[in-house]
Amino acid sequence: MADENNPNGKNGKVGLVDRVKEDIQAMKVDIPAKAKEQIEGLKDPTKTQVYTSIFRHKHDDTPRNRALGVLSNVFLHLHPAKINRDAVRYSYTWGMGGITFFLFIILTYTGVLLMFYYHPSKVQAFRDVLYLEHDVPFGKILRNMHRWAAHLMVIGVWLHMFRVFLTGSYKKPREFNWNIGVLLLVFTLLLSFTGYLLPDDQLGFWAVTVGTNMARATPLLGHEGPFGSMLGMTPYNDVRFGLLGGSIVDANALLRSYIWHCIGIPIVASILMIVHFWRVRKDGGISGPAPVMLEAEADKPRRGPKAAGE
Amino acid sequence: MDWRQLWEICSAPDNVPIVGLIPLLAFYIYLAWKQAHANDQLIAQLEADPAMAKTHHRKTWPFKPGWQKEVHVWPFLLRIEFLAAIIITIILMVWSITLNAPLEEPANPNLTMNPAKAPWYFLGLQEMLVYFDPWIAGVVMPTMIIVGLMVIPYIDTNPLGSGYYTWKQRKFSIGTFLFGFIVLWVAMIIIGTFIRGPGWQWFWPGQTWDHNRLIYEVNRDLPDIFGITSNIAKAIFGALVVGGYYVLGGFLVYSLFRRYMGKDFKRMSLLQFSMTQFLLLTMVALPLKMGLRLLWHIKYVWITPWFNV
Ligand code: HEM
Repeated sequence: MADENNPNGKNGKVGLVDRVKEDIQAMKVDIPAKAKEQIEGLKDPTKTQVYTSIFRHKHDDTPRNRALGVLSNVFLHLHPAKINRDAVRYSYTWGMGGITFFLFIILTYTGVLLMFYYHPSKVQAFRDVLYLEHDVPFGKILRNMHRWAAHLMVIGVWLHMFRVFLTGSYKKPREFNWNIGVLLLVFTLLLSFTGYLLPDDQLGFWAVTVGTNMARATPLLGHEGPFGSMLGMTPYNDVRFGLLGGSIVDANALLRSYIWHCIGIPIVASILMIVHFWRVRKDGGISGPAPVMLEAEADKPRRGPKAAGE
Repeated sequence: MDWRQLWEICSAPDNVPIVGLIPLLAFYIYLAWKQAHANDQLIAQLEADPAMAKTHHRKTWPFKPGWQKEVHVWPFLLRIEFLAAIIITIILMVWSITLNAPLEEPANPNLTMNPAKAPWYFLGLQEMLVYFDPWIAGVVMPTMIIVGLMVIPYIDTNPLGSGYYTWKQRKFSIGTFLFGFIVLWVAMIIIGTFIRGPGWQWFWPGQTWDHNRLIYEVNRDLPDIFGITSNIAKAIFGALVVGGYYVLGGFLVYSLFRRYMGKDFKRMSLLQFSMTQFLLLTMVALPLKMGLRLLWHIKYVWITPWFNV
């Protein structure tokens, strides 16, 4: 009966067993062979498909690969492949632009982590900071790093501007990039300032009160400023009211500070940084160290096609 | 000498950056000066020897024909950037482990902090409140600083000193910038941080902050000294003084430029030159007004019904 239900009968069963046996035999050869191949392959990971899909060129130390290492990487290709031998001297740039940018990245990173624990409301803000300080794992060092990086960034921008000035790097053709820089300076200070209020403690509250009180006195647009009251400015409709979302530093001011600090200004500053870096490249790389010019050459065009340190 | 008071001010966590800024600035000024000095010497040498100027590579660093002019970014620049990132991270870590960010009592509008200070980087502007009304110190000055910085590349027509440190080729522009940055910005911040105590009064370093100290100071206005009493006369008088300052000062700037910076003057358009005059005079007006106040207790120069200067 079983046979009737199984037209292949005994032969079919035997065929299956044989096939399995055959496969097992083959497997004993195939798999070790493949395993060997795999292990061989692992000895040089740069040949794997995963590797070659990520890195678009070989790794050997050749001039071509050094150049490609920079050019084929979206982050590194901000740099040219080669630069003037003197342009890498720390004494020239002081590295302050790069350090400022690095601090901005650290601030973004620590700032996002802080945002997980912070509510921009009068009820919660201060407690959240206490919570961060005492209960969140690594919360204290997180907050400290964010604060000190912010201070360092302000110092970094100042020193960067100072060296750009001292090396005359704002001169032709970099006038426009200097202007982008000035805007970055302003936004860096504003980032710091808007963040100052967020812990909602006495320090931040009074600093921001002192700071925004000046807005009262804005000519034309502040209620205590020259011609302000003549234009109908009151504490309830002038620029200060617009900044704070109220006539005193309170819940709305906290929320506005938070949004400017975490969303508005970082976006604008990031865009400006992109333009800034782009222009550094387009204006011929950093300005020097360039060959010195003599008084007599002042009104003549510069020697050589590209005298600067690009 | 109240050491505790001094220590309290210097070690306040938010003041530490300024304590750090001073040696940093000193170091970088030294670094810049060293290179400027070397370049100036090279320039003098080349100017004295035109034959040498034709062949010299024009940098203070050694260079020999046949040496590569360019180096690969990978690794020669990237390794520096990587190192800088590591060093900054370490500094930040150590700083964050050893020093806690400040957190005061919860914000309380009814409990005024005395002194209530702006964040340290704005203390220069707050210090200006002593000498100027808020609309000038808080609004006009920051605007002028930003605008002034932005026009620098367009009014500095001196083509020399682009891409290298020098002092001799850019005495005026570097001198002006140093004055604005170091004297009017950083020094005011230092005063605002270390000197100003309760009631924004002047306390020498090491002097105890006395919250009850009162200073009896009678301030006068400039028109009072000349016995001018009527409001209209005061307004006209002030306008004349301020206007006169800009006109006479403008003339002085012109005559100095013509005499000592003839080449730069020649290169400048009328707009560039008048912009320079205006910004320079406005900048110089700050220490002048401070001097009027500190030496002769003069509060306002120009009094009108709408604003005072
Ligand atoms: C968030 C703020 C800023 C960042 C992240 C930044 C970043 C940079 C970087 C990485 C460079 C390349 C050379 C170097 O590191 O020195 C650079 C160059 C430059 N920066 Fe900035 N910068 C900032 C603010 C400023 C400010 C405030 C100014 C001037 C007011 C400025 C003006 C310039 C100019 C003119 C150059 C070209 C310099 C040269 O060719 O030697 N930047 N910036």
